[in-house]
Amino acid sequence: MTSTLVFLLGLTVIFILLIGFGIFWAIKSGQFEDMEGPAQRILMDEDDPMLPSNQLSDKTK
Amino acid sequence: MTASESCYHCGQAVPGGAEFSVNIARQSRAMCCRGCQAVAQAIVDNGLSEYYSNRTALPGQGHEILPDELKKLALYDHPDIQRSFVIDSGVNQREAVLILEGITCAACVWLNERHLKQLPGVNSVQVNYANHRARIAWDSREISLSRILQEIQLLGYNAHPYSALQADALRQSRRKKDLQRLAIAGIGAAQTMMLSVGLYAGNWDGIAPSTVVLLRWFGLLLTLPVVTFSAMPFYRAAWSGIKSRHLNMDVPVALAIITAFIGSVWVTLFGGAHVYYDSIGMFTLFLLGTRLLEAGARGKSIESAENLLKLQPTMAIRLRAGLQEYVPVLDLLRGDSILAKPGETIAADGTVAEGMSTVDEALLTGEPRPVLKKPGDSVIAGSINLEGPLTLTVTGVGENTVLAGIVRMVDKAQAEKPHIATLADRTASWFTLALLVFTAVVGLAWLFIDRTQVLDIVLAVLVVTCPCALSLAVPAALAAAGSHLIKRGILVTRGHALETLARVNHVVFDKTGTLTQGKPAVMDVIVLADLTAAQCDVLAASLEQASEHPLAAAFKGRVLASDLPAVQAARNHPGQGVSGVVDGQTYSLGNQDFSPASRILAENYSTRYPGATLVWLCDATRALAVFVLEDPLRDDARQTIATLRTRGIGISILSGDNETTVRHVGAALGVSDLHWQQKPQDKLAVLQAIQRDGAIVAMVGDGINDAPVLAAAQVSFAMAAGTNVANQSSDIVLLSNRLDDVPQALETGRDTLGVMRQNLFWAVAYNVIALPFAALGYVSPWLAALGMSISSMVVVLNALRLR
Repeated sequence: MTSTLVFLLGLTVIFILLIGFGIFWAIKSGQFEDMEGPAQRILMDEDDPMLPSNQLSDKTK
Repeated sequence: MTASESCYHCGQAVPGGAEFSVNIARQSRAMCCRGCQAVAQAIVDNGLSEYYSNRTALPGQGHEILPDELKKLALYDHPDIQRSFVIDSGVNQREAVLILEGITCAACVWLNERHLKQLPGVNSVQVNYANHRARIAWDSREISLSRILQEIQLLGYNAHPYSALQADALRQSRRKKDLQRLAIAGIGAAQTMMLSVGLYAGNWDGIAPSTVVLLRWFGLLLTLPVVTFSAMPFYRAAWSGIKSRHLNMDVPVALAIITAFIGSVWVTLFGGAHVYYDSIGMFTLFLLGTRLLEAGARGKSIESAENLLKLQPTMAIRLRAGLQEYVPVLDLLRGDSILAKPGETIAADGTVAEGMSTVDEALLTGEPRPVLKKPGDSVIAGSINLEGPLTLTVTGVGENTVLAGIVRMVDKAQAEKPHIATLADRTASWFTLALLVFTAVVGLAWLFIDRTQVLDIVLAVLVVTCPCALSLAVPAALAAAGSHLIKRGILVTRGHALETLARVNHVVFDKTGTLTQGKPAVMDVIVLADLTAAQCDVLAASLEQASEHPLAAAFKGRVLASDLPAVQAARNHPGQGVSGVVDGQTYSLGNQDFSPASRILAENYSTRYPGATLVWLCDATRALAVFVLEDPLRDDARQTIATLRTRGIGISILSGDNETTVRHVGAALGVSDLHWQQKPQDKLAVLQAIQRDGAIVAMVGDGINDAPVLAAAQVSFAMAAGTNVANQSSDIVLLSNRLDDVPQALETGRDTLGVMRQNLFWAVAYNVIALPFAALGYVSPWLAALGMSISSMVVVLNALRLR
């Protein structure tokens, strides 16, 4: 019982360290600086084949 | 093409007869002007026409790049000028932050990033949508900065180099640190909560003592970084509070964290009933979260203000030995001669050596009305030269300018601002004291009753009465009210403002730009000859076509640009007006002294229209028409004043304008406490006099001249359309630019104070009830934990009612 618990807690430590490093890296690399842009950016579909300009470039290719 | 068609690029009406069009996605689209055409063509040529299908807001009107601007951009390649804002990130690798003007939606961000990235030599481009800044890295061998700036202009945006101020770098690193603290507290809180589930379940169901010890030690391990790293700001604030002999809210917070931690460690080491690691984690997480939100709101207003920091130009034209050269303003010395072109911002304080022009000195008076400058007159840096070129002898640069003086006055006023002790801090003072005294008494009492139990009981008292709910009571209410207000376009940048709002009993308004729209408009046309009013409009607008004068815009807006007849021999007469020849007839448009024909009639009309500016249209012999120009009141000004008055709030108007105009506005709004011709220092004196009478004053303003008063008032509002200095000096920024948000904010302030009082009452009541039980040693662990969580929860839920 206790040995299972120790193993699980040890696993927790590894996960926490991974999460911690992940978040610190994200903060350091400035991912929390612009909280609005990425949400909007995902809506720009550059490769949408329905967009007229993409149809145009497909034909010229 | 019909006149009703709108420009495909900027959405403005396409004037009849305009022949500008661009093929976008195989369809011919009409454009309103050559500027928009050039921008749209550039977008299409670079394969970026998806911009048009993805944008959600229209951009500003495009404009053509003039050769003069190109010359100015080339200056940014000068190593001396680059030194202040370009970072060398390697051999020939450069990096800079640019402020982009004209970003209206996410498609603009995409457009800029895409276009710049495909330029040879540009290594990376990141546009931050939240603060409209672009970070660009490039190879200086392949591309120059001026080329990059030029490409941005080609897309219809304007880019200014942003020299990262030290304060900004500090704010950035502090925000990152705060985020790290929050992350640690979050991880700690979540994990200890899991352990607690096990421990609580064990309390009911039975658990092996060795498992309890294991879980407690693990909890200790997880909480250690929370207590030593995440909660650091609370200790620091508490310590500085104690040092200045002022018990602020951070003292009980720090006390709660430290005692709960020491108590739990004690129990972990030597055995005992309960550990509080989960409470410490949650508590720290909540408090850090609310603080981060507040700092975020403040940072946002500072950033948007900094983007407007173009008040003083970075470059000036110096005249030396008859030659004109562009130099950085910082290199100017006293006694240098500089040239100020019409339409440009004057770079330094100086006296006029040559030339005659009118100057917009709104930063001193708040009035965009032009002031005539002749040789010998002094002009100040930051004012705008309106009509003719001026040669100036520099008398002050940088720190020695009038503008810098106003900024210094703001700092001083801010420091001397009368502070209203916040409810939370006052409660915290006596609560902390009472708590410490009570604990000491309990400890002493148990010393006589049962020596062995003293430590347990004292810890129980301190932990059970941990002022978690008390500390959350106020920040939770402020955070909820702040997020409610921002949805209405009211940005609260300083936390205390909401509480102070509830007590405001006097509101002081600035006139121009706050109560009025700040832009003169033609209110009436009186025709004196055999012409129609429409004909007079057309004549006036065509004469004003070439003028940079602020009044000119009022005329130009009344007629379609395409309807204007051509004007020959158009001339600007600084301080008087404009003249020109239309269809062989000479006309003049200007003040009463400009034409002899109007001088005779002037007196009659100026008494009939007090507070208005009269502009006369004359031909060679007769006065043809009088235009009555006024700065119209904002639509909601009357309503706002009426609402405030029914609540028994006193109202004053402070203005840099002249007596007649201020009286006129005062009469229209029914305000009797009027102050006119106020310089920034006069305004400050008036405000301080009102405060000495015991009033709690809210100031509403927009200009640089209002900044010191905004800083000195107990609570202040700035119009977002106003100047950056005003925005920074104020506690609340009205992003909506609507005046009726002022009473709305006052009301929310009152509600917030109400919720804060209820919260504090509940938190104190909980502690008072729990104390005797803890003191007598009757508090079981699960009861203590339940009480703590429920009291905090009640406080947070009550605050959420403010939404």
